[in-house]
Amino acid sequence: MKHIISALVENKPGVLAHVAGMFAARAFNIDSLVVGRTEDPSLSRMTIVVLGDDRVLEQVRKQLAKIIPVVKVQDFVGQPVVARDLMLIAISAPPEKRAELLSLIEMFKGKVVDIGQKFIMVEVSGPEEKIEAFINVCKPYGIKSLARTGTIAMARHSRADMQPAQTSNEQDN
Amino acid sequence: MKTQSRASAHSAVKPSIKTGAQIVVDALIEQGVDTMFGYTGGVVLPLFDRLYDAPINFIVPRHEQGGCHMADAYARASGKVGVVVTTSGPGACNIVTGLATAMMDSVPIVALTGQVRTELIGNDAFQEADTTGITRPITKYNCIVKDIKDLARTIREAFYIASTGRPGPVLIDLPVDITVARHETNGPVEMELLGYRVRTKGHARQISSAAKAINESKQPVLYVGGGVITANAAKELTDLAEKAHLPVTMTLLGLGSYDQRKPESLDMLGMHGSAYANYAVQQCDLLIAIGARFDDRVTGKIETFAPNAKIIHIDVDPASISKNVGVDIPVVGDAKAILKALTEEVEYRERKRWFDKIAEWKKKFPFRYDQNSTTIKPQYVIEELCRQTKNEAIVTTGVGQNQMWAAQFYKFVRPRQLISSGGLGTMGFGLPAAIGAQVAKPDATVIDIDGDHSFNMTMTELATAVEHELPIKVCILNNGYMGMVRQWQELFYGRRYSKSYLKNPEYEVVAKALGAVGMTVDKKADVPKAIKQMLKEKLPCVIDFRVEPEENVWPMVPAGKSLDEMSGLDILERLI
Repeated sequence: MKHIISALVENKPGVLAHVAGMFAARAFNIDSLVVGRTEDPSLSRMTIVVLGDDRVLEQVRKQLAKIIPVVKVQDFVGQPVVARDLMLIAISAPPEKRAELLSLIEMFKGKVVDIGQKFIMVEVSGPEEKIEAFINVCKPYGIKSLARTGTIAMARHSRADMQPAQTSNEQDN
Repeated sequence: MKTQSRASAHSAVKPSIKTGAQIVVDALIEQGVDTMFGYTGGVVLPLFDRLYDAPINFIVPRHEQGGCHMADAYARASGKVGVVVTTSGPGACNIVTGLATAMMDSVPIVALTGQVRTELIGNDAFQEADTTGITRPITKYNCIVKDIKDLARTIREAFYIASTGRPGPVLIDLPVDITVARHETNGPVEMELLGYRVRTKGHARQISSAAKAINESKQPVLYVGGGVITANAAKELTDLAEKAHLPVTMTLLGLGSYDQRKPESLDMLGMHGSAYANYAVQQCDLLIAIGARFDDRVTGKIETFAPNAKIIHIDVDPASISKNVGVDIPVVGDAKAILKALTEEVEYRERKRWFDKIAEWKKKFPFRYDQNSTTIKPQYVIEELCRQTKNEAIVTTGVGQNQMWAAQFYKFVRPRQLISSGGLGTMGFGLPAAIGAQVAKPDATVIDIDGDHSFNMTMTELATAVEHELPIKVCILNNGYMGMVRQWQELFYGRRYSKSYLKNPEYEVVAKALGAVGMTVDKKADVPKAIKQMLKEKLPCVIDFRVEPEENVWPMVPAGKSLDEMSGLDILERLI
């Protein structure tokens, strides 16, 4: 099962290496990992999508929390969340196909961000399934290149930061 | 959360300008460091210059690995933080094994490593290595100091992190330009550890559930690990065991937490544990694990481990709980505090049938060896050591058969008495560990019960012991083989002793050449006399015991088998 883990970490050199190294050393499976600064420049948020059963995820949370510069760990499993990926995709777009493509892009609420002679570049964001679906519909036209972020997520309601989504007894609050 | 540092209790200090090296040495002294281990080199020259006349007893090993093991054993023997200093590159790389050893066994060490100048980092400079990158997975925490303003705080944090919670090694990498830079210090600095909190008191409701389970249990077993010794909770453990009337089995690192001379002691459990401990664990209805981590050498086949038991797990490290074995009643916190609270809530139960059963197993399957043998049995040497030192020596070990026999045949009576590399299983640990322990406890009798090939790995440190006139005793159980490897080859590889036999030097001559006392004992009748002589020596003393070459450690739970599927019980029974 896919879990979205959100870890608040100190914004220091070596923290990403530590987290990534821990996942590799303990043979946990990372699906995606996104790091970005928060409103507090001394803190970053890592959003990590992990595959595994409950037992594995309990260890993932605990091992993450054990890393000294990791300040807080939440698992959003079972909680209503807003989860988004962002993708840039360059699609082959000969003039005779453009109208058709543009209506597809419209359906996916994508945004054309660059147009060349043969290709158009589109920005799409949304839940992972939507991104996957858009890639699938673009395939017949020819995808020149594609870049996407992993998932970032936030719990719905404002209390997300107050209560860990998955309370496990290792988290002292 | 900002943690108040120890120093902030002091009154304001006058601002003064100090070099980085001075800041480091002052911070060490402020942390109460009076003993250090380490080896100098290019980029740590400024630091070593400050150490030239510092009030610190400094031990220079012959190889950095030895220095790190010494700091480790110093910490294990004293309960204080061990400190090791090395230069960059090779110096730092040479302590990797020592750090990993300390990490696996939760030993508090602060390692200070030199680093090339900050502007050279990443340029493949002379003696440059990515020390923090290399040591990240084998330290509890590490970092490089790139701003002299962070230096004092970082060192304070290092000691705090190393010694609290589940202890472990912390490494601070110090570029040489930081140690030579000058900085105006303004007295106390505060720690900034946003992500580090230590749980002490256990959850009261969990403790009550645990007490209830203990009171209701008909066949309980206490399974005690090194965490009880780390937490200085041996007395509290004994109080609990006595008040509730519980049998106690210990892991290798837990030995010493409960007096093995007491009838409730089941001695060590696991792969080479006692049959009675392993049977008791497999048949118990309640397993109370304290400061132990359900290591594979302890549990055997995990699916069939303690199959009928409800499991209580008391540990300071939340990540240890339900890592290998699902736990019914977890209690996270400091063993000392939790044991105290738990003892208040438990009641005495006689459990006669359970203790009768245990007594029967103990009678039937004690640790045994052939006492009528004409050759020197390694177990005999250890029994004799135990007898002559009246169970009071500090024992360090190598890794392998020597270590298992030491655990089986020396009966430990108090914590911090056995110093052994449990988790990592580091051959060569014994001799430097004996040095570290002797430095920590100058008046104690410190004996390294070693294997010939474990000793071969670090025997250069004998020169260190001689230099410092440390009266350590080294008992080499010399069978010519890497004994445990040979045992596995005998049992599982059709006696093909592949690369496990090496030609050894004359250890007596080696010892004498290095300035130590050396003896060779090849007759059984000479063993007691030689040990007696050794215990009188004021210099380091090495005895080369030529023991039975193909003796095996029994019982043995083969890999992949359950704890009660032990091999060798028939052999032990025939020895009656």
